[in-house]
Amino acid sequence: MQQISAELEKRLGSAVEKMPPFPKSVQRVLELTRDINCRPKDLVEVIEKDPIITIKVLKIINSAYYGLTNKITSINQTVIYLGANTLKNLALSFSTVGILPNKNEAGFDIHHYLVSSLVTAGIVRLLGTLYAPGETDPTDCYVAGLLHDFGKVVFAICMPEEFSQALALSANEHIPLHKAEKAIIGADHTVVGAMLVKRWQFPEPLVECIAGHHDRTQTSAMGECLHAADLIAERLSYDSNGRVSTERSAVVLAKRFGGDIDDVMVRLGDLSKIIDEAQMFSRSEGSVK
Amino acid sequence: MKFRFWGVRGSIPVPGPNTLRYGGNTTCIEVRGDDGTLIILDGGTGIFSLAQTLLREMPVTANIFITHSHWDHIHGLPFFIPLFIPGNTLRLYGAFNPVSGSGIEQVMGVQLQYSYFPVREAEMKAAIEYETLAIDQTVEVGDCRVTSTLLNHPVIDFGYRIECNGKSLFFTGDHEPYYNIYDPGDEAYAEYQALIEEKQSAVDESMRNVDALIVDTSYTLEEYPGKVGWGHGYFDASIAMALRVGAKRLYCTHHEPTRSDDDLEAVFATVMARHAGQLNDLEVFLAREGLALEL
Repeated sequence: MQQISAELEKRLGSAVEKMPPFPKSVQRVLELTRDINCRPKDLVEVIEKDPIITIKVLKIINSAYYGLTNKITSINQTVIYLGANTLKNLALSFSTVGILPNKNEAGFDIHHYLVSSLVTAGIVRLLGTLYAPGETDPTDCYVAGLLHDFGKVVFAICMPEEFSQALALSANEHIPLHKAEKAIIGADHTVVGAMLVKRWQFPEPLVECIAGHHDRTQTSAMGECLHAADLIAERLSYDSNGRVSTERSAVVLAKRFGGDIDDVMVRLGDLSKIIDEAQMFSRSEGSVK
Repeated sequence: MKFRFWGVRGSIPVPGPNTLRYGGNTTCIEVRGDDGTLIILDGGTGIFSLAQTLLREMPVTANIFITHSHWDHIHGLPFFIPLFIPGNTLRLYGAFNPVSGSGIEQVMGVQLQYSYFPVREAEMKAAIEYETLAIDQTVEVGDCRVTSTLLNHPVIDFGYRIECNGKSLFFTGDHEPYYNIYDPGDEAYAEYQALIEEKQSAVDESMRNVDALIVDTSYTLEEYPGKVGWGHGYFDASIAMALRVGAKRLYCTHHEPTRSDDDLEAVFATVMARHAGQLNDLEVFLAREGLALEL
């Protein structure tokens, strides 16, 4: 298990506090909240597509302030607990901080990151529904997909120089990004992502999923769905600089899904709806890559 | 355990000839443990009249449980006279506000600002203590146990269950019955419905078998469709809730501010006629200022 220092943990945690949401979310939240009759379901649709707002909302509802024994994993659950108006005001407060810039010092493509996260999230949910009914909740699967690479965007914003070197190393040496991150930073995005969500008391299965999505140290149903979704997204060129295949992938796929990646993709059928929705959401006027 | 209503009106005080019988003050309920422990549920304008009676029993230790921070539940607090007298203690309990990032101290802090009130908190003579509660947290207050339950309102709202030597009451503060934000044709409808039922069932458990259930009953069944999302209940939903949880008595409160005494009694009569023969042993009452009961 890779370790990061307490000082770095604190620094990364406070960086996330200040991180603004993605451009389209901000635009939509501001549009929706101008209308007093804004429909809660429209708000949920926006929030659950933004990893940063999702992280911040789940962080609050799962915090010690509320002391919930059953952790909250979805934005819809948050509506039931906090109410639509509180959720609206939270989203608005995050959105007035600004927008996540598409250009960052690390040269990390934020637009591609968001599309990749949304595509992966949509596929994990589909896999969870089809291949692990009763074992895992499709909504939890979606959140796992949405947040699995969150550590990358934290690196890009918080440690741009080091992350830029990792991106270059990965590209030049043709090695997976998480290995390059480990070589340059000392820990990869899975460790940082998991550390942050653990710190914020997110549900343990989600923490494990994020931590293990490259090295496959655990084998929960949700973890296996995430791993397969990550591979499929990579095949569809939505890997967010990941290069995710591992030597264990074939074993995982055969056991859970009864075939290799091509078999699973054939059975899933047309994924263009998931991709189109992700593309549509990630673009906004004036900030399209 | 005894309790008494000092304010039963929702949203805004409405003194005047049309509200003489039920009262125009906003929410405040006095609860007494068998050992005399003083618990006050909400600090609406009704707390001012209550405060006058407390001057006879100095020093006062008042345990005020705030259901939520909307004005009509807190705007009597600065006028709680024991605050200005040395030797008294005020303990304020309530929820964490996720949007402002503040604990329950915020409900005093926002009101005791130079622009809004002439006395600063530091100048008040009573000891003021704050305890921000988690969801489902139980605190012991004298011979009473008070437990918070997260309910449904446009701001964080705690209902409180108070138990004392085998007797119990539950006050919702402001609460709207859970409803599905999706339309029946939406993909997410069924999943959301399951989440609602799970939460509803947990809330019902927190009210189970109370002797007195005091519920936000702002609207009529006919009015409610135009008020969905406003965070308040209606008569038929309150009765259904009381029957579901096995409450012995239901007190309908948070009366709609434009409703006169006559209108209130008329809508209540209609509701009771509609439920004739369906209440089993449940007794249903309109809360009114001055109504005092012993459980």
